[in-house]
Amino acid sequence: MTEKGPTPLERFINGILPENPVYRQVLGMCPTLAVTNGMKAAMTMAAAVAFVLVCANILTSLIRNLLKPHLRILVFTLTIATFVTVADRIIAAYMYDMSKQLGPYIPLIIVNCIIICRCEVCASKQNVLTAATDALGQSLGFALALASIASVREILGSGSWFGIEVMPAGWPDWVVMVLPPGAFLTLGLLLGAANWIGELAARRRTTQGVA
Amino acid sequence: MKDNYLKQAWLVLLLALCFGGVLAGVEHSLKGRIDENKKADTLGQIPNLVPGAVSASFSNGVYRAVTQNGDHAGWVLLVTGQGFADKVELLLGLNADASQITGVYILDQKETPGLGNKIVEDEWRAQFAGKSTQQPLEIVKRKAEKDNEIEAVTGATISSETVKDMVNRAAADFRRQLASGGF
Repeated sequence: MTEKGPTPLERFINGILPENPVYRQVLGMCPTLAVTNGMKAAMTMAAAVAFVLVCANILTSLIRNLLKPHLRILVFTLTIATFVTVADRIIAAYMYDMSKQLGPYIPLIIVNCIIICRCEVCASKQNVLTAATDALGQSLGFALALASIASVREILGSGSWFGIEVMPAGWPDWVVMVLPPGAFLTLGLLLGAANWIGELAARRRTTQGVA
Repeated sequence: MKDNYLKQAWLVLLLALCFGGVLAGVEHSLKGRIDENKKADTLGQIPNLVPGAVSASFSNGVYRAVTQNGDHAGWVLLVTGQGFADKVELLLGLNADASQITGVYILDQKETPGLGNKIVEDEWRAQFAGKSTQQPLEIVKRKAEKDNEIEAVTGATISSETVKDMVNRAAADFRRQLASGGF
């Protein structure tokens, strides 16, 4: 390591909120919108992405000194595709119903830009410990973002959370929330809220700095 | 020049070989389990695919569906074909003399989300039930009018054609085998 970057712990924390992949980097929008109509599907997706991200980051970091600059994207894609296929087969073997429900979205993790972004930005330049903590932080951030959107959509749209009824018996399901438009509405509002809170915090910091 | 290429690409080649090995290992160790899951799914779908059937026995590559009191109700075939994105696996239900389609169920597909993957929806699949196997089915891009017409999924002609072709081919093959006393 020649340049001084954030420490592994800082990278881990950064991934969760300050550089949250969904709310701050606005990456990985396809699964964020497509599989958040229920908590179960969203958490399966988050776990699969975490598995692929951690494995791909560690492997990329291990071979980082052997990478040829013009072939690196090819190597990243190859690595990611392999781990995605492993994840896909494991889900098909042990969570068959979920695998049918998620269908092509599991193979589509290959093109989830969060993963290739971490390989490029972090793992191909940092040691294994740094790459692994970075991947864990980003995965946790992604899982939190999916959980926040899926909670809103499942509770309002189906009156349940993880399939367990949570709303009073007379709750009229907001069907739109489980349909694609509900994903855009929820993401837009939560993204707006995240920006607003971020701005308030930043403003408070500057006024404190002046005083 | 040649060894220059190798010098550049040896890592990619080596990784491809290793990853290929890993995937073969994963497939080998999980295939049995995945097949079992699909078989359980198939058996669970028998009552929907063949009206009146409650269970089925597997022999010679087909499921023979029987009713509660053991009468032969129909057949269920597992059909595989190339879809728009990847392999499509479906179950085709036929009545006892294979003259009529009684149901279609998509077992595995990776078609485009929002377009091609609508082939799994009940409403679209229901078009197949009750169709005769005497003449090949056809996909049309309007309301189905004739007896052998199936309305395509909007924006997914290839996925629709795939399912239709698989059904036509499997039904014709099976009728021939049945006629020659194969079962």
